[in-house]
Amino acid sequence: MLYSKKVMDHFQHPRNVGIIEDASGVGEVGNAKCGDIMKIYLKIDNDVITDVKFNTFGCGSAIATSSMATELIKGKPVSEALELTNKAVVEALDGLPAHKLHCSVLAEEAVKAAVKDYYDKNGIEYDHTLFPDCENCGSCDSCKS
Amino acid sequence: MQIYADNAATTKMSRAAIDAMTSYMNEVYGNPSSLHSIGQTAAEALMDARERVAAVLGAKPREIYFTSGGSEADNQAIISAATFGAKKGKKHIVSTAFEHHAVLHTLDKLRKQGFEITLLDPHECGIITAEEVAAAIRDDTALVTVMYANNEIGTIQPIAEIGAVCKERGVIFHTDAVQAVGHIKINVKEQNIDMLSLSAHKFHGPKGVGALYCRLGIPLTNIIEGGAQERGKRAGTENIPAIMGMAAAIEEASAKIDENREKLTKMRDRLIEGLSEIPHSILNGAQNPRLPGSVNMCFEGIEGESLLLLLDAKGVCASSGSACTSGSLDPSHVLLAIGRPHEVAHGSLRLTLCEDNTMEEVEYIIKAVKEVVAYLREMSPVWHDLKEGKKKYVIQ
Repeated sequence: MLYSKKVMDHFQHPRNVGIIEDASGVGEVGNAKCGDIMKIYLKIDNDVITDVKFNTFGCGSAIATSSMATELIKGKPVSEALELTNKAVVEALDGLPAHKLHCSVLAEEAVKAAVKDYYDKNGIEYDHTLFPDCENCGSCDSCKS
Repeated sequence: MQIYADNAATTKMSRAAIDAMTSYMNEVYGNPSSLHSIGQTAAEALMDARERVAAVLGAKPREIYFTSGGSEADNQAIISAATFGAKKGKKHIVSTAFEHHAVLHTLDKLRKQGFEITLLDPHECGIITAEEVAAAIRDDTALVTVMYANNEIGTIQPIAEIGAVCKERGVIFHTDAVQAVGHIKINVKEQNIDMLSLSAHKFHGPKGVGALYCRLGIPLTNIIEGGAQERGKRAGTENIPAIMGMAAAIEEASAKIDENREKLTKMRDRLIEGLSEIPHSILNGAQNPRLPGSVNMCFEGIEGESLLLLLDAKGVCASSGSACTSGSLDPSHVLLAIGRPHEVAHGSLRLTLCEDNTMEEVEYIIKAVKEVVAYLREMSPVWHDLKEGKKKYVIQ
Protein backbone atom coordinates (compact mmCIF):
# COMPACT_ATOMS: atom_id res chain seq x y z
CA MET A 1 0.00 0.00 0.00
CA LEU A 2 1.07 3.53 -0.76
CA TYR A 3 -0.31 4.86 2.52
CA SER A 4 -0.31 3.68 6.14
CA LYS A 5 -3.56 2.57 7.77
CA LYS A 6 -3.62 5.79 9.75
CA VAL A 7 -3.30 7.94 6.62
CA MET A 8 -6.10 5.99 4.97
CA ASP A 9 -8.25 6.36 8.08
CA HIS A 10 -7.75 10.14 8.22
CA PHE A 11 -8.25 10.40 4.46
CA GLN A 12 -11.42 8.32 4.36
CA HIS A 13 -12.82 9.67 7.61
CA PRO A 14 -11.30 13.13 7.92
CA ARG A 15 -11.81 14.89 11.27
CA ASN A 16 -12.85 18.54 11.56
CA VAL A 17 -13.94 19.09 7.96
CA GLY A 18 -15.83 22.32 7.47
CA ILE A 19 -15.85 26.06 7.85
CA ILE A 20 -16.06 28.27 10.96
CA GLU A 21 -18.09 31.31 9.95
CA ASP A 22 -16.88 33.54 12.81
CA ALA A 23 -13.32 32.19 12.88
CA SER A 24 -10.70 34.02 14.94
CA GLY A 25 -8.10 33.24 12.28
CA VAL A 26 -8.06 31.70 8.82
CA GLY A 27 -4.99 30.41 6.99
CA GLU A 28 -4.85 29.32 3.38
CA VAL A 29 -1.69 27.89 1.83
CA GLY A 30 -0.76 26.03 -1.33
CA ASN A 31 -1.49 26.56 -4.95
CA ALA A 32 -4.13 24.94 -7.18
CA LYS A 33 -1.50 24.72 -9.91
CA CYS A 34 0.53 22.38 -7.70
CA GLY A 35 -2.55 20.37 -6.87
CA ASP A 36 -3.06 21.19 -3.20
CA ILE A 37 -4.62 23.99 -1.18
CA MET A 38 -5.34 23.85 2.54
CA LYS A 39 -7.52 26.27 4.43
CA ILE A 40 -7.66 26.10 8.22
CA TYR A 41 -10.17 27.95 10.41
CA LEU A 42 -9.41 28.55 14.11
CA LYS A 43 -11.76 29.56 16.90
CA ILE A 44 -9.64 30.96 19.71
CA ASP A 45 -10.85 31.82 23.22
CA ASN A 46 -8.42 33.07 25.88
CA ASP A 47 -5.48 32.01 23.74
CA VAL A 48 -6.77 28.45 23.47
CA ILE A 49 -7.89 26.83 20.20
CA THR A 50 -11.42 25.82 21.12
CA ASP A 51 -12.43 24.76 17.63
CA VAL A 52 -10.71 24.08 14.33
CA LYS A 53 -12.03 23.20 10.89
CA PHE A 54 -10.41 22.66 7.51
CA ASN A 55 -11.12 22.59 3.79
CA THR A 56 -8.60 20.93 1.51
CA PHE A 57 -8.21 20.54 -2.23
CA GLY A 58 -5.64 17.85 -2.77
CA CYS A 59 -4.57 14.26 -2.76
CA GLY A 60 -5.18 11.63 -0.10
CA SER A 61 -2.18 12.68 1.96
CA ALA A 62 -3.11 16.36 1.76
CA ILE A 63 -6.52 15.55 3.23
CA ALA A 64 -5.05 13.18 5.84
CA THR A 65 -2.37 15.66 6.97
CA SER A 66 -4.98 18.43 7.27
CA SER A 67 -7.15 16.17 9.36
CA MET A 68 -4.26 15.10 11.61
CA ALA A 69 -2.94 18.64 12.01
CA THR A 70 -6.35 19.86 13.17
CA GLU A 71 -6.57 16.99 15.67
CA LEU A 72 -3.13 17.80 17.05
CA ILE A 73 -3.92 21.45 17.77
CA LYS A 74 -7.53 21.21 18.90
CA GLY A 75 -7.90 22.31 22.52
CA LYS A 76 -4.26 23.44 22.70
CA PRO A 77 -2.92 26.90 23.52
CA VAL A 78 -1.98 28.95 20.48
CA SER A 79 1.68 28.84 21.47
CA GLU A 80 1.63 25.02 21.27
CA ALA A 81 -0.07 25.09 17.89
CA LEU A 82 2.75 27.27 16.64
CA GLU A 83 5.20 24.58 17.65
CA LEU A 84 3.48 21.99 15.45
CA THR A 85 5.98 20.65 12.94
CA ASN A 86 5.40 18.78 9.74
CA LYS A 87 7.47 16.00 11.26
CA ALA A 88 5.03 15.64 14.14
CA VAL A 89 2.15 15.37 11.68
CA VAL A 90 4.00 12.71 9.65
CA GLU A 91 4.85 10.73 12.79
CA ALA A 92 1.27 10.89 14.02
CA LEU A 93 0.20 9.43 10.68
CA ASP A 94 2.76 6.58 10.89
CA GLY A 95 4.70 8.05 8.00
CA LEU A 96 4.14 9.37 4.49
CA PRO A 97 5.78 8.39 1.19
CA ALA A 98 8.78 10.64 0.44
CA HIS A 99 7.10 12.45 -2.46
CA LYS A 100 4.15 13.30 -0.20
CA LEU A 101 6.13 14.99 2.56
CA HIS A 102 5.36 18.42 1.11
CA CYS A 103 1.72 17.83 2.10
CA SER A 104 2.77 17.77 5.74
CA VAL A 105 4.74 20.99 5.23
CA LEU A 106 1.57 22.56 3.90
CA ALA A 107 -0.37 21.43 6.97
CA GLU A 108 2.19 23.04 9.28
CA GLU A 109 2.12 26.22 7.21
CA ALA A 110 -1.68 26.33 7.13
CA VAL A 111 -1.83 26.23 10.94
CA LYS A 112 0.80 28.97 11.20
CA ALA A 113 -0.96 31.09 8.60
CA ALA A 114 -4.21 30.82 10.56
CA VAL A 115 -2.46 31.85 13.79
CA LYS A 116 -0.76 34.74 12.00
CA ASP A 117 -4.15 35.87 10.72
CA TYR A 118 -5.49 35.74 14.30
CA TYR A 119 -2.52 37.83 15.55
CA ASP A 120 -2.91 40.34 12.71
CA LYS A 121 -6.65 40.71 13.27
CA ASN A 122 -6.19 41.27 16.98
CA GLY A 123 -3.12 43.49 16.83
CA ILE A 124 -1.03 40.98 18.77
CA GLU A 125 2.73 41.44 18.48
CA TYR A 126 4.68 38.44 17.18
CA ASP A 127 8.01 37.35 15.81
CA HIS A 128 7.72 37.54 12.00
CA THR A 129 10.51 35.04 11.44
CA LEU A 130 8.22 32.35 12.86
CA PHE A 131 6.05 32.63 9.76
CA PRO A 132 7.92 31.80 6.57
CA ASP A 133 5.72 32.28 3.52
CA CYS A 134 4.80 29.68 0.94
CA GLU A 135 7.20 31.14 -1.63
CA ASN A 136 10.14 30.22 0.58
CA CYS A 137 9.14 26.72 1.59
CA GLY A 138 11.43 25.21 -1.03
CA SER A 139 9.39 22.03 -1.25
CA CYS A 140 7.39 22.83 -4.34
CA ASP A 141 9.22 24.17 -7.39
CA SER A 142 6.18 24.43 -9.59
CA CYS A 143 4.67 27.12 -7.33
CA LYS A 144 7.30 29.46 -8.65
CA SER A 145 7.02 28.63 -12.33
CA MET B 1 -18.14 -5.51 -5.52
CA GLN B 2 -15.08 -4.66 -7.56
CA ILE B 3 -15.26 -3.08 -11.00
CA TYR B 4 -12.07 -2.96 -13.02
CA ALA B 5 -12.11 0.11 -15.27
CA ASP B 6 -8.39 0.56 -15.82
CA ASN B 7 -7.90 -1.54 -18.94
CA ALA B 8 -5.58 1.01 -20.55
CA ALA B 9 -3.16 0.34 -17.67
CA THR B 10 -3.39 -3.41 -18.15
CA THR B 11 -5.98 -6.08 -18.80
CA LYS B 12 -6.93 -9.35 -17.19
CA MET B 13 -5.48 -12.25 -19.14
CA SER B 14 -7.97 -14.19 -21.22
CA ARG B 15 -8.56 -17.90 -20.69
CA ALA B 16 -7.31 -18.53 -24.23
CA ALA B 17 -4.05 -16.70 -23.52
CA ILE B 18 -3.42 -18.58 -20.26
CA ASP B 19 -4.26 -21.94 -21.85
CA ALA B 20 -1.92 -21.21 -24.75
CA MET B 21 0.96 -20.67 -22.32
CA THR B 22 0.89 -23.56 -19.88
CA SER B 23 2.11 -26.36 -22.17
CA TYR B 24 5.16 -24.19 -23.03
CA MET B 25 6.04 -24.13 -19.34
CA ASN B 26 5.19 -27.75 -18.52
CA GLU B 27 6.19 -29.70 -21.61
CA VAL B 28 7.69 -27.70 -24.46
CA TYR B 29 10.10 -25.79 -22.26
CA GLY B 30 13.04 -26.05 -24.65
CA ASN B 31 15.21 -23.25 -25.91
CA PRO B 32 14.34 -22.60 -29.58
CA SER B 33 18.06 -22.29 -30.31
CA SER B 34 18.67 -25.90 -29.15
CA LEU B 35 18.94 -28.59 -31.78
CA HIS B 36 17.23 -31.36 -29.82
CA SER B 37 13.58 -32.19 -30.18
CA ILE B 38 12.26 -30.20 -27.20
CA GLY B 39 14.15 -27.15 -28.46
CA GLN B 40 13.01 -27.60 -32.03
CA THR B 41 9.38 -28.04 -30.98
CA ALA B 42 9.71 -24.69 -29.23
CA ALA B 43 11.30 -23.21 -32.39
CA GLU B 44 8.32 -24.39 -34.43
CA ALA B 45 5.93 -22.81 -31.92
CA LEU B 46 7.85 -19.57 -32.16
CA MET B 47 7.54 -19.59 -35.94
CA ASP B 48 3.84 -20.35 -35.66
CA ALA B 49 3.32 -17.45 -33.22
CA ARG B 50 5.21 -15.09 -35.53
CA GLU B 51 2.99 -16.07 -38.46
CA ARG B 52 -0.16 -15.56 -36.42
CA VAL B 53 0.84 -12.13 -35.09
CA ALA B 54 1.93 -11.07 -38.58
CA ALA B 55 -1.36 -12.25 -40.09
CA VAL B 56 -3.41 -10.10 -37.71
CA LEU B 57 -1.43 -7.01 -38.71
CA GLY B 58 -1.28 -7.78 -42.43
CA ALA B 59 2.51 -8.10 -42.19
CA LYS B 60 5.00 -10.76 -43.25
CA PRO B 61 6.27 -13.08 -40.48
CA ARG B 62 9.83 -11.89 -41.16
CA GLU B 63 8.73 -8.37 -40.28
CA ILE B 64 7.74 -9.27 -36.70
CA TYR B 65 10.32 -9.00 -33.91
CA PHE B 66 9.30 -10.13 -30.44
CA THR B 67 10.30 -7.77 -27.64
CA SER B 68 9.78 -7.38 -23.90
CA GLY B 69 6.86 -5.06 -24.53
CA GLY B 70 5.72 -1.79 -26.03
CA SER B 71 8.43 0.38 -24.48
CA GLU B 72 11.25 -1.70 -25.89
CA ALA B 73 9.58 -1.78 -29.31
CA ASP B 74 9.18 2.02 -29.25
CA ASN B 75 12.80 2.51 -28.22
CA GLN B 76 14.14 0.19 -30.89
CA ALA B 77 11.95 1.58 -33.67
CA ILE B 78 12.91 5.18 -32.99
CA ILE B 79 16.61 4.54 -32.40
CA SER B 80 16.75 2.41 -35.56
CA ALA B 81 15.06 4.97 -37.80
CA ALA B 82 17.21 7.75 -36.33
CA THR B 83 20.42 5.77 -36.88
CA PHE B 84 19.37 4.94 -40.44
CA GLY B 85 18.48 8.57 -41.15
CA ALA B 86 21.66 9.96 -39.61
CA LYS B 87 23.77 7.89 -42.02
CA LYS B 88 22.15 9.90 -44.82
CA GLY B 89 22.50 13.17 -42.97
CA LYS B 90 18.87 13.23 -41.84
CA LYS B 91 18.62 14.31 -38.23
CA HIS B 92 15.07 15.61 -37.88
CA ILE B 93 12.13 13.74 -36.33
CA VAL B 94 8.45 14.66 -36.30
CA SER B 95 6.28 13.47 -33.41
CA THR B 96 3.54 14.78 -31.13
CA ALA B 97 3.53 16.40 -27.70
CA PHE B 98 1.23 13.75 -26.23
CA GLU B 99 3.12 10.57 -27.04
CA HIS B 100 3.80 7.94 -24.38
CA HIS B 101 6.99 8.53 -22.38
CA ALA B 102 8.58 5.50 -24.08
CA VAL B 103 8.56 7.66 -27.22
CA LEU B 104 9.09 11.12 -25.69
CA HIS B 105 12.03 10.09 -23.51
CA THR B 106 13.70 8.29 -26.43
CA LEU B 107 13.29 11.46 -28.47
CA ASP B 108 14.80 13.47 -25.60
CA LYS B 109 17.82 11.20 -25.71
CA LEU B 110 18.16 11.74 -29.47
CA ARG B 111 17.80 15.50 -29.03
CA LYS B 112 20.84 15.44 -26.76
CA GLN B 113 22.67 13.55 -29.49
CA GLY B 114 22.04 16.35 -31.97
CA PHE B 115 18.69 15.45 -33.49
CA GLU B 116 16.09 18.11 -33.98
CA ILE B 117 12.63 17.10 -32.78
CA THR B 118 9.37 18.72 -33.88
CA LEU B 119 6.48 17.91 -31.53
CA LEU B 120 3.08 18.62 -33.07
CA ASP B 121 0.36 20.17 -30.92
CA PRO B 122 -2.56 17.75 -30.50
CA HIS B 123 -4.99 20.67 -29.93
CA GLU B 124 -7.92 20.45 -27.53
CA CYS B 125 -9.48 17.66 -29.60
CA GLY B 126 -6.45 15.41 -29.15
CA ILE B 127 -6.10 14.68 -32.86
CA ILE B 128 -3.22 15.47 -35.22
CA THR B 129 -4.00 15.88 -38.92
CA ALA B 130 -2.05 14.46 -41.85
CA GLU B 131 -1.74 18.02 -43.19
CA GLU B 132 0.07 19.09 -40.01
CA VAL B 133 2.43 16.15 -40.36
CA ALA B 134 3.03 17.01 -44.04
CA ALA B 135 3.82 20.62 -43.13
CA ALA B 136 6.34 19.53 -40.50
CA ILE B 137 8.25 17.11 -42.76
CA ARG B 138 11.54 18.54 -44.10
CA ASP B 139 14.18 17.26 -46.50
CA ASP B 140 16.21 16.07 -43.52
CA THR B 141 13.34 14.31 -41.72
CA ALA B 142 14.39 10.79 -40.76
CA LEU B 143 11.22 9.66 -39.02
CA VAL B 144 7.62 10.50 -38.28
CA THR B 145 6.36 8.80 -35.11
CA VAL B 146 2.71 9.35 -34.16
CA MET B 147 0.81 7.18 -31.69
CA TYR B 148 -2.19 5.29 -33.04
CA ALA B 149 -4.44 6.06 -30.08
CA ASN B 150 -3.58 8.10 -27.03
CA ASN B 151 -3.18 6.06 -23.86
CA GLU B 152 -4.70 8.66 -21.55
CA ILE B 153 -7.52 10.30 -23.49
CA GLY B 154 -8.16 7.58 -26.08
CA THR B 155 -8.35 9.77 -29.20
CA ILE B 156 -7.46 7.97 -32.44
CA GLN B 157 -5.10 9.55 -34.98
CA PRO B 158 -5.63 9.42 -38.78
CA ILE B 159 -2.89 6.82 -39.22
CA ALA B 160 -3.65 5.79 -42.81
CA GLU B 161 -3.59 9.44 -43.95
CA ILE B 162 -0.35 10.12 -42.08
CA GLY B 163 1.08 6.90 -43.56
CA ALA B 164 0.19 8.08 -47.07
CA VAL B 165 1.88 11.44 -46.49
CA CYS B 166 5.05 9.75 -45.19
CA LYS B 167 5.14 7.32 -48.11
CA GLU B 168 4.78 10.17 -50.59
CA ARG B 169 7.59 12.11 -48.92
CA GLY B 170 9.82 9.07 -48.44
CA VAL B 171 9.95 9.32 -44.65
CA ILE B 172 9.86 6.30 -42.31
CA PHE B 173 6.59 6.19 -40.37
CA HIS B 174 6.41 4.54 -36.94
CA THR B 175 3.29 4.30 -34.82
CA ASP B 176 3.08 3.37 -31.15
CA ALA B 177 -0.05 1.23 -31.44
CA VAL B 178 0.08 -0.16 -27.91
CA GLN B 179 -3.44 1.05 -27.09
CA ALA B 180 -4.88 0.29 -30.53
CA VAL B 181 -3.86 -3.28 -31.37
CA GLY B 182 -6.64 -5.70 -30.57
CA HIS B 183 -9.17 -2.87 -30.39
CA ILE B 184 -9.00 -1.29 -33.86
CA LYS B 185 -8.52 -3.04 -37.21
CA ILE B 186 -4.99 -2.43 -38.40
CA ASN B 187 -3.36 -3.37 -41.68
CA VAL B 188 0.20 -2.10 -41.86
CA LYS B 189 0.42 -2.41 -45.65
CA GLU B 190 -2.89 -0.71 -46.44
CA GLN B 191 -2.12 2.04 -43.92
CA ASN B 192 1.49 2.53 -45.08
CA ILE B 193 2.90 1.89 -41.61
CA ASP B 194 6.64 1.17 -41.71
CA MET B 195 7.08 0.37 -38.04
CA LEU B 196 4.56 -0.44 -35.31
CA SER B 197 4.89 -1.19 -31.59
CA LEU B 198 2.48 -3.38 -29.66
CA SER B 199 2.17 -4.81 -26.17
CA ALA B 200 0.35 -8.05 -25.29
CA HIS B 201 -1.01 -7.07 -21.89
CA LYS B 202 -3.21 -4.35 -23.39
CA PHE B 203 -5.36 -6.98 -25.15
CA HIS B 204 -5.68 -9.69 -22.48
CA GLY B 205 -2.28 -11.22 -23.16
CA PRO B 206 0.59 -11.61 -20.70
CA LYS B 207 2.76 -8.78 -19.38
CA GLY B 208 6.41 -8.46 -20.36
CA VAL B 209 5.96 -9.31 -24.03
CA GLY B 210 5.30 -7.28 -27.13
CA ALA B 211 6.36 -6.96 -30.71
CA LEU B 212 7.86 -4.58 -33.20
CA TYR B 213 6.71 -4.74 -36.78
CA CYS B 214 9.44 -3.39 -39.05
CA ARG B 215 8.94 -3.30 -42.81
CA LEU B 216 11.53 -5.25 -44.82
CA GLY B 217 14.23 -2.90 -46.00
CA ILE B 218 14.45 -0.80 -42.85
CA PRO B 219 17.54 -1.86 -40.89
CA LEU B 220 17.07 -2.33 -37.16
CA THR B 221 19.63 -1.20 -34.62
CA ASN B 222 20.12 -3.55 -31.68
CA ILE B 223 19.12 -2.27 -28.27
CA ILE B 224 20.09 -5.54 -26.58
CA GLU B 225 23.29 -7.23 -27.75
CA GLY B 226 24.00 -10.91 -27.42
CA GLY B 227 22.84 -14.03 -29.21
CA ALA B 228 21.38 -14.25 -32.69
CA GLN B 229 17.72 -14.45 -31.67
CA GLU B 230 15.13 -12.49 -33.67
CA ARG B 231 17.31 -12.59 -36.78
CA GLY B 232 20.16 -11.07 -34.82
CA LYS B 233 18.21 -7.94 -33.93
CA ARG B 234 17.10 -8.69 -30.40
CA ALA B 235 19.28 -10.90 -28.24
CA GLY B 236 18.02 -13.07 -25.39
CA THR B 237 16.27 -16.43 -25.22
CA GLU B 238 12.74 -15.97 -26.46
CA ASN B 239 9.99 -15.89 -23.84
CA ILE B 240 8.08 -18.68 -25.54
CA PRO B 241 5.17 -19.04 -23.06
CA ALA B 242 4.50 -15.29 -23.17
CA ILE B 243 4.84 -15.17 -26.96
CA MET B 244 2.35 -18.04 -27.30
CA GLY B 245 -0.02 -16.24 -24.92
CA MET B 246 0.32 -13.07 -26.98
CA ALA B 247 -0.42 -14.89 -30.23
CA ALA B 248 -3.57 -16.44 -28.75
CA ALA B 249 -4.69 -13.11 -27.28
CA ILE B 250 -4.17 -11.10 -30.46
CA GLU B 251 -6.09 -13.66 -32.52
CA GLU B 252 -8.96 -13.72 -30.05
CA ALA B 253 -9.12 -9.92 -29.81
CA SER B 254 -8.95 -9.62 -33.56
CA ALA B 255 -11.78 -12.14 -34.07
CA LYS B 256 -14.03 -10.26 -31.63
CA ILE B 257 -13.03 -6.76 -32.67
CA ASP B 258 -16.38 -5.70 -34.19
CA GLU B 259 -18.49 -7.31 -31.50
CA ASN B 260 -16.39 -5.75 -28.73
CA ARG B 261 -16.39 -2.33 -30.35
CA GLU B 262 -20.16 -2.31 -30.61
CA LYS B 263 -20.62 -3.32 -26.97
CA LEU B 264 -17.93 -1.02 -25.63
CA THR B 265 -18.97 2.05 -27.60
CA LYS B 266 -22.45 1.88 -26.04
CA MET B 267 -21.00 1.61 -22.53
CA ARG B 268 -18.42 4.33 -23.19
CA ASP B 269 -20.98 6.77 -24.54
CA ARG B 270 -23.33 6.12 -21.62
CA LEU B 271 -20.44 6.73 -19.23
CA ILE B 272 -19.62 10.03 -20.95
CA GLU B 273 -23.30 11.03 -20.93
CA GLY B 274 -23.73 10.15 -17.25
CA LEU B 275 -20.54 11.83 -16.05
CA SER B 276 -21.20 14.92 -18.14
CA GLU B 277 -24.22 15.55 -15.90
CA ILE B 278 -21.74 16.55 -13.21
CA PRO B 279 -21.57 20.36 -13.28
CA HIS B 280 -18.27 21.86 -14.45
CA SER B 281 -16.98 18.63 -15.93
CA ILE B 282 -15.47 18.14 -19.36
CA LEU B 283 -14.52 15.24 -21.60
CA ASN B 284 -10.84 15.28 -22.50
CA GLY B 285 -10.34 14.91 -26.23
CA ALA B 286 -12.94 14.68 -28.97
CA GLN B 287 -15.66 12.09 -28.39
CA ASN B 288 -14.91 10.66 -31.85
CA PRO B 289 -12.76 9.05 -33.13
CA ARG B 290 -11.93 7.49 -29.77
CA LEU B 291 -10.99 4.04 -28.50
CA PRO B 292 -14.21 2.10 -27.86
CA GLY B 293 -13.66 1.73 -24.09
CA SER B 294 -11.85 4.95 -23.21
CA VAL B 295 -13.21 7.87 -21.17
CA ASN B 296 -11.20 10.69 -19.60
CA MET B 297 -12.87 13.59 -17.82
CA CYS B 298 -11.84 16.56 -15.72
CA PHE B 299 -13.91 17.74 -12.75
CA GLU B 300 -13.17 21.24 -11.63
CA GLY B 301 -12.35 21.95 -7.97
CA ILE B 302 -11.08 18.51 -6.97
CA GLU B 303 -7.85 16.55 -7.17
CA GLY B 304 -7.58 13.21 -8.96
CA GLU B 305 -5.71 11.07 -6.47
CA SER B 306 -8.27 11.54 -3.71
CA LEU B 307 -11.00 10.84 -6.29
CA LEU B 308 -9.28 7.57 -7.24
CA LEU B 309 -8.77 6.41 -3.67
CA LEU B 310 -12.38 7.08 -2.72
CA LEU B 311 -13.61 5.35 -5.88
CA ASP B 312 -11.41 2.40 -4.98
CA ALA B 313 -13.07 2.31 -1.56
CA LYS B 314 -16.38 2.00 -3.46
CA GLY B 315 -14.93 -0.83 -5.56
CA VAL B 316 -14.12 1.10 -8.73
CA CYS B 317 -10.57 0.76 -10.09
CA ALA B 318 -9.67 3.76 -12.26
CA SER B 319 -6.73 6.07 -12.91
CA SER B 320 -5.94 9.78 -13.02
CA GLY B 321 -3.53 12.22 -14.59
CA SER B 322 -3.04 14.22 -11.41
CA ALA B 323 0.48 15.08 -10.26
CA CYS B 324 0.01 13.00 -7.13
CA THR B 325 -0.56 9.88 -9.20
CA SER B 326 2.38 10.58 -11.49
CA GLY B 327 4.90 10.86 -8.68
CA SER B 328 5.93 14.31 -9.90
CA LEU B 329 4.58 17.76 -9.20
CA ASP B 330 3.23 18.21 -12.71
CA PRO B 331 -0.02 16.70 -13.88
CA SER B 332 -0.26 14.57 -17.02
CA HIS B 333 1.70 15.90 -20.01
CA VAL B 334 -1.16 14.70 -22.21
CA LEU B 335 -3.75 16.87 -20.46
CA LEU B 336 -1.37 19.84 -20.51
CA ALA B 337 -0.71 19.20 -24.23
CA ILE B 338 -4.43 19.41 -25.03
CA GLY B 339 -4.55 22.74 -23.22
CA ARG B 340 -5.98 21.90 -19.82
CA PRO B 341 -4.54 24.26 -17.20
CA HIS B 342 -2.65 22.65 -14.31
CA GLU B 343 -5.42 23.13 -11.74
CA VAL B 344 -7.96 21.42 -14.00
CA ALA B 345 -5.60 18.65 -15.14
CA HIS B 346 -5.11 17.68 -11.48
CA GLY B 347 -8.80 16.77 -11.34
CA SER B 348 -8.83 14.17 -14.08
CA LEU B 349 -10.27 10.68 -14.11
CA ARG B 350 -9.58 7.98 -16.68
CA LEU B 351 -11.98 5.06 -16.97
CA THR B 352 -11.08 2.41 -19.53
CA LEU B 353 -13.53 -0.42 -20.07
CA CYS B 354 -13.20 -3.83 -21.65
CA GLU B 355 -15.76 -6.29 -23.00
CA ASP B 356 -16.07 -7.96 -19.57
CA ASN B 357 -17.65 -4.82 -18.11
CA THR B 358 -21.44 -4.49 -18.09
CA MET B 359 -23.94 -1.66 -18.43
CA GLU B 360 -24.91 -2.24 -14.77
CA GLU B 361 -21.31 -1.56 -13.81
CA VAL B 362 -21.32 1.58 -15.92
CA GLU B 363 -24.39 2.84 -14.04
CA TYR B 364 -22.72 2.04 -10.72
CA ILE B 365 -19.57 3.92 -11.78
CA ILE B 366 -21.60 6.99 -12.77
CA LYS B 367 -23.35 6.99 -9.39
CA ALA B 368 -20.10 6.45 -7.47
CA VAL B 369 -18.22 9.21 -9.33
CA LYS B 370 -21.08 11.66 -8.79
CA GLU B 371 -21.08 10.96 -5.05
CA VAL B 372 -17.32 11.20 -4.64
CA VAL B 373 -16.99 14.37 -6.72
CA ALA B 374 -19.76 16.04 -4.69
CA TYR B 375 -18.13 14.95 -1.42
CA LEU B 376 -14.66 16.18 -2.38
CA ARG B 377 -16.02 19.47 -3.71
CA GLU B 378 -17.77 20.05 -0.41
CA MET B 379 -14.40 20.02 1.39
CA SER B 380 -12.48 21.84 -1.36
CA PRO B 381 -11.58 25.51 -0.75
CA VAL B 382 -11.14 25.85 -4.53
CA TRP B 383 -14.70 24.72 -5.13
CA HIS B 384 -16.05 27.11 -2.48
CA ASP B 385 -14.19 30.00 -4.10
CA LEU B 386 -15.62 29.07 -7.50
CA LYS B 387 -19.14 28.73 -6.11
CA GLU B 388 -18.92 32.08 -4.34
CA GLY B 389 -17.59 33.78 -7.46
CA LYS B 390 -14.18 34.55 -5.96
CA LYS B 391 -12.61 32.56 -8.79
CA LYS B 392 -13.81 31.99 -12.33
CA TYR B 393 -14.71 28.53 -13.55
CA VAL B 394 -12.35 27.18 -16.20
CA ILE B 395 -14.87 24.51 -17.19
CA GLN B 396 -18.30 26.01 -17.81
